[in-house]
Amino acid sequence: MLTVAPDTPARGPIRLLYFAWIRERIGVPSETVETRARDVAALIRELAGRDDRYALAFSDLAAVRVAVNQRLVELDGSLEDAEEVAFFPPMTGG
Amino acid sequence: MTMTVRLQIADFDPSTETDALIRGRDDIGAVVTFTGIVRNRDDGSLLALELEHYPEMTERALAAIESEARARWNLRASLVLHRYGRIRPGERIMMVATASGHRKDAFEAAEFLMDYLKSRAPFWKKEHTTSGSQWVEARDADEDALGRWT
Repeated sequence: MLTVAPDTPARGPIRLLYFAWIRERIGVPSETVETRARDVAALIRELAGRDDRYALAFSDLAAVRVAVNQRLVELDGSLEDAEEVAFFPPMTGG
Repeated sequence: MTMTVRLQIADFDPSTETDALIRGRDDIGAVVTFTGIVRNRDDGSLLALELEHYPEMTERALAAIESEARARWNLRASLVLHRYGRIRPGERIMMVATASGHRKDAFEAAEFLMDYLKSRAPFWKKEHTTSGSQWVEARDADEDALGRWT
């Protein structure tokens, strides 16, 4: 039987996407995680604690940009309703 | 108002694209087009640029930038076309075209679109050179360029 603690926020898994050198450092373009992180900064701390690849990818947060559900957010952006979170360096289009 | 955003691997012909934008219309008095081309380094060491992008976000980001331009200027039609994948020096990489009743709107909107594409559209350039590969770093000047529109 499946029980859920009443204080556990009900949320589905989050799809993470990585681009450019962040993708290269982590070694995969995407993955799906279960997390209780409430904002982007908490998610980054969680990921950076996993192993050296993630720690290196997130070692300079001034060089990291984040989009939640395809919209740019600040590092303190909320993960409420987040289905897809993307991490990438400053964009160089044009 | 016709807005078109296109992402593609293949090359394109700017004059064909511009013709398509204004064909069959008589309400347009000015078209401004900008075409970006991959420039080699001074020492000729660039082999290719590799453009990575975030497809699900790109269309949304470009559409948001285009609708901002439409809110600021009296545009009758616009096109943003950006290639991705591997592009060699001398090849076209992207273009914007803006069409309006009078030239001022078209000129300003084209510059605005270019400034925003540089640092708000999810593209990343990697340079492959004769001595190795590295990601192109964002330039402060590109970020600063947005300041004049706020």
